[in-house]
Amino acid sequence: MSGEPRTVRGTPLELADLKKGKVFTTAYVPKIQYAWDTGVAIGRYLEELKNGRLIARRCQRCQRTMVPPRMFCERCFRSTDEWVYVQDTGTVNTFSLCYVSWDVRRLKTPEIPAVIEIDGASPGMGIMHVLGKVNPKQVRVGMRVRAVWKPPPQRTGSITDILYFAPIKGKTTKVGTAKKPR
Amino acid sequence: MSMRRVAVVGAGMTKFMRRALETPKELAWLAAKGALDSAGMTLDQIQGVVHGTAPDAFDGLHMKGEYLSEGSGGWKKPYLRCYVGGGTGVYAIAQGWFQVASGLFDTALVVCEEKMSTCLPHPQAAFLTIFDNITEQPLKPNLLWIFALEQNRYMARHGIRVEEIARVSVKNKRNALGHPSAQLGAELTVKDVLASEIMAWPVHRLMVSPTSDGAAAVVLAAEDVAKRVTDKPVWIQGVGWCLDTTYWTNRDLYYPEYVEKAAWMAYHMAGIREPRQEINIAEPYDPFAYKELHHLEGLQLAPKGKAPQLLADGVFDRDGDLPSSPSGGLLGVGNPIAAAGTMKVCELFWQLRGEAGPRQVPGKPRRGVAQAWGDLMQVGTVVVMGTAQL
Repeated sequence: MSGEPRTVRGTPLELADLKKGKVFTTAYVPKIQYAWDTGVAIGRYLEELKNGRLIARRCQRCQRTMVPPRMFCERCFRSTDEWVYVQDTGTVNTFSLCYVSWDVRRLKTPEIPAVIEIDGASPGMGIMHVLGKVNPKQVRVGMRVRAVWKPPPQRTGSITDILYFAPIKGKTTKVGTAKKPR
Repeated sequence: MSMRRVAVVGAGMTKFMRRALETPKELAWLAAKGALDSAGMTLDQIQGVVHGTAPDAFDGLHMKGEYLSEGSGGWKKPYLRCYVGGGTGVYAIAQGWFQVASGLFDTALVVCEEKMSTCLPHPQAAFLTIFDNITEQPLKPNLLWIFALEQNRYMARHGIRVEEIARVSVKNKRNALGHPSAQLGAELTVKDVLASEIMAWPVHRLMVSPTSDGAAAVVLAAEDVAKRVTDKPVWIQGVGWCLDTTYWTNRDLYYPEYVEKAAWMAYHMAGIREPRQEINIAEPYDPFAYKELHHLEGLQLAPKGKAPQLLADGVFDRDGDLPSSPSGGLLGVGNPIAAAGTMKVCELFWQLRGEAGPRQVPGKPRRGVAQAWGDLMQVGTVVVMGTAQL
C-alpha cells in the first residue's frame, strides 16, 4: 500500500463536549514563581531607566552602538567596550494597532506596539515598546517619537518606567530611509 | 560531500482539529503508524526515531519528548526530540536525514505532534514567555504583535496593500478543500478576508492560521532500503537551516535573511543555481497570510517585494507556473505547530509521487521545496525533495 491515506484518523471535539462532561478532563493550574537575575548589561539598563535615561553598549570592532545593551557582541564574539548614553527619542520602524490582549481578551481601544529606532544608537537599532497620546489612525512608519516617563518616585527600574512613546509634533521620516543595520 | 542518499518512503498524518479527543501520544501514534503503513514497513525495521514538538507549556507536561516517545515508536530505540519553535516540522526532517545520510542508520522515523487545545483559555497565553523576560514581557506582548509588526514593515518597505496579502488566505483555504485532514478549507473572496475582524492591524482574522491538534510523520530510508520498499522513493536532495539573532528589534523585519541562508544551504546541496527555474512546487510556511509571500521571497522564488504581484498573476495557484501551498497550508489545513511543517513535507511526498488526489498539481512536478519558520521570528528550516536520485 502506498500514497495518501484514504481515511484520515482523529476525533474532533467541541469545547461544549468538555463543558457538558461528554469527555473526561483533569485540570492543572501551575503555581510556580521565578526571580530572574537581570544580569550585567540589562541590570545597568534598568538602573538607567530608573534615572530616566536610555543606555547602550558599543563594540569598537564593528562600531555598533547596541540597544538593548549586551556585554558581548554576538557578531564579533568579543566583549563590548563601553557604555554610551543614547536619546529617549526615535523613529517608528513599524507598528500595529492590536485589538487583542496577551490573554486573548478583545480590546475596544487598540494597544499600539511598535519597534522604535533609538536616536544615538546605530541605524536600525530598535526596541519594542508601545505608543500613546496619539490617534491610532495617525500613526505612521517613520513617525518621530519621544519617551514619556513615569514620575521619578514611581519608577522601579523596569522597561515600564517609560509609559509609552508619544509623537513629536509634525515630524515624520520617509519609510525606508532608516539605514539597514550593519 | 560524502553523504549517502536518503529518500522519503512513507508519509502519514492525522486530521488537524481545533480540539482532538486523542491525547498527544495517541495523535503521534496515528501519524507514525500511518507513515509506516504507507511505506509497507513495521516498527522493527526502524533504527532511529526523531520527534519534534513545540513548547512544553502548551501541554503543561515537562519532558514532553519522553512522554511522546511511545506514540512516536521510540520504545527502546535511539530517540531524539528536537525543537526550534514553528521551524520544528522541517528541522526534524533534517535531523532524521543526517542520521541516515551519515551512515549511522539505514532507516529513521520522523514524527511531529502538537496538541494546543489543552492550554486554556487559549494557547496564545503560553506564547508570552517567548519574549525577552526582562525587557519585553512587562509590556504584555502577544504573538499577534510580532506578526503585525513584521507584516507592516514588509508592506511599508515595498508599498504593498493589505488586499494583496488577503489573496494568500483565499488561495490556501480554497486549496485545503481538497485535503482530507483540513480544519479550515473554505471558498472565500478577498472581500470576505478584509471584512473579517481586525485582530492587530494590518492582520485580519482570516489571515491567521488556527490553533490545532494534530500529528504528521514520514519514514526515511537509505538508498538500498528505499529501493527495496518502494518503486517511487522521493529523494531528499538538500536540507538547510539557519538561526538569526534573538534581538529581533535590531533587524529589519521586511526580509527574512535567515530563510535565504537556509535555502541556499539546501539549494547548494541539491545543485540548484536558479531556484525559480528548478523548483516546480513550493510549500512555504504560512502561519499568517503575508508569511507565505515573505518566505517565497526568502526562498528566492520571487524577487524582494514582488511575491504579491506574482500571486495576483496566478503564478502560485495550483495550476500556476509555481504552485505554492497546494496542500492548503497552515491557513487551510491547520497549524499544530511542529506537525504543520511536517504536513508540508508529506504534501511534497504525495505531490511528487502523483498521489495528491484532488490537490494534485498538473505537469508531473519533479522537485519541490518545503520550509518552516519560527522561534522569535528568527529560524528558517528548508528541505528540497525530488524524484531524481542525484
